[in-house]
Amino acid sequence: MQLQVFLNADDVRFSYLSDDEPPVKNEVLKGVSLAVGKGEFVAVLGHNGSGKSTLAKCFNAINLPESGTVTVNGMDTADDENLLNIRKSAGMVFQNPDNQIVATIVEEDVAFALENLGVEPEEIRRRVDESLKLVDMYDYRMHAPHKLSGGQKQRVAIAGILAMDPECILLDEPTAMLDPRGRAEVMNTIKLLNKTKGTTIVLITHYMEEAAQADRVVVIDGGEVMLDGTPKEIFSQVETMKNLGLDVPQVTELVWRLRKDGFDLPADIISEDECVEALAGLLGKRSAQI
Amino acid sequence: MFKDITLGQFFPGDSVVHKMDPRVKLVLTVMFIVMLFSAKNFYGLLVGIAFTIMTYLLSRIPFVMILKSMKPIIPIVVFTAVLNLFFIRTGRMLWHFGFVKIYDDGLNTAVFMVVRIICLIVGSSLLTYTTSPIDLTDAIERLLSPLKKLGAPVHELAMMMTIALRFIPTLIEETDKIMNAQKARGSELDTGTFREKVRGMVPIFIPLFVSSFRRAEELATAMECRCYHGGEGRTRMKQLSTAPRDWLACLYVALFWAGVILMNQFFK
Repeated sequence: MQLQVFLNADDVRFSYLSDDEPPVKNEVLKGVSLAVGKGEFVAVLGHNGSGKSTLAKCFNAINLPESGTVTVNGMDTADDENLLNIRKSAGMVFQNPDNQIVATIVEEDVAFALENLGVEPEEIRRRVDESLKLVDMYDYRMHAPHKLSGGQKQRVAIAGILAMDPECILLDEPTAMLDPRGRAEVMNTIKLLNKTKGTTIVLITHYMEEAAQADRVVVIDGGEVMLDGTPKEIFSQVETMKNLGLDVPQVTELVWRLRKDGFDLPADIISEDECVEALAGLLGKRSAQI
Repeated sequence: MFKDITLGQFFPGDSVVHKMDPRVKLVLTVMFIVMLFSAKNFYGLLVGIAFTIMTYLLSRIPFVMILKSMKPIIPIVVFTAVLNLFFIRTGRMLWHFGFVKIYDDGLNTAVFMVVRIICLIVGSSLLTYTTSPIDLTDAIERLLSPLKKLGAPVHELAMMMTIALRFIPTLIEETDKIMNAQKARGSELDTGTFREKVRGMVPIFIPLFVSSFRRAEELATAMECRCYHGGEGRTRMKQLSTAPRDWLACLYVALFWAGVILMNQFFK
């Protein structure tokens, strides 16, 4: 079944001007085409400077493409009229939770977007409570943001986006500044939203283990889409990934090395459970031989 | 180092004064100041003092806080006292030593002024003790909102104040980090002459400035992503509403004011 396209980038080019005199044009996106279906969970990989954040900002009308078109739910980002509607349907969460929280009380911050949109006070109250419960931060609603842990802050930031009830959430390395526990909290929240609410998720990340949990992985390098497929398809190409300067999940790497040494294991292992099963199977076979 | 800094001087509690509508509180504080200045003699001032003490009791703010709020104004108080004491030269001479002459009018005015200033500061501190900075910002925004029609950037100012309040703890934490980083690289911040100490602050403030600008930019993008487009068409989740206690408070202030005026009439 073909998914209904929600985010669509068609041959998008984008460049930044440097601060030098005269300014040097630095092309970051060199003709990217990417379609994300409704309800999909897409992980975007790529090393620093590959253009993945720039692309995410294109989907939110923060960046407007130099050429090519970007549409969000059919709305062209180049059209000013669509601006608020686009930002309402494709919310964005950034890396540093400290720099995206505006208010001095958690619930006030979650209400910020709704206040901007001119929603009625009672409705704001209802949606703020609902979003805070979804990210499991309701008990902290009266707290000051600077007293929360990184993972909690990031969940508040997600709640602030959720309150707008977006159909899609773009997350730009939301776990980069968090400890393992905070990372797990954020990942669980993201997966929960994708499963229960059918929210389209675009997750930019450096952690391969996180990407392995997505439905689809897109690898961007040098401003172009290099690979696009299911996590299994992508991570089984260990050598291609390494050439692009990227890692694969640890278990995939382990299996890949064992395969190189001649062990008979499947190439598309991306989770620990699969790996344990495959290794147990292998060991069982061996002991049976002896 | 600065971890436990209190924002503003807010002293949380759940007294009647705390629960009042911040807008009413703000207006009444201004009324209180006018009331103090309308007192023409010591008896009027006494009413003002009684008002201050009564309100402190109602708000259940510990009296130690009174002393705390007085600390920063000591220089002004001393200055006012000295000025009035030595330069008013009417009435009866009480004491003289060389060119220093003290008259009874001077002494009266000095005491009057000092009591008034202390009462003024202590009384109006109650506003910041019982109102959180956010509520205060909110109240200011709403009270000044008629000025929007004249083109005054009321919403923008309130937004700036909120963001400043939000980022004070974050930036303090960051200053702390930078200081430690510089200390780890061998900079001596606590020793040396005043000049050296000031110079030692430069490598702390420059990184702090740079990072603040970066933060500001990121915050601006994040705000845009959440559909921020100025104050136009904005609603608020928290609605301020006046309760009967706010009207009682108005009555309370009015009564004391009447007392002051009565004293002015009575003792000429």
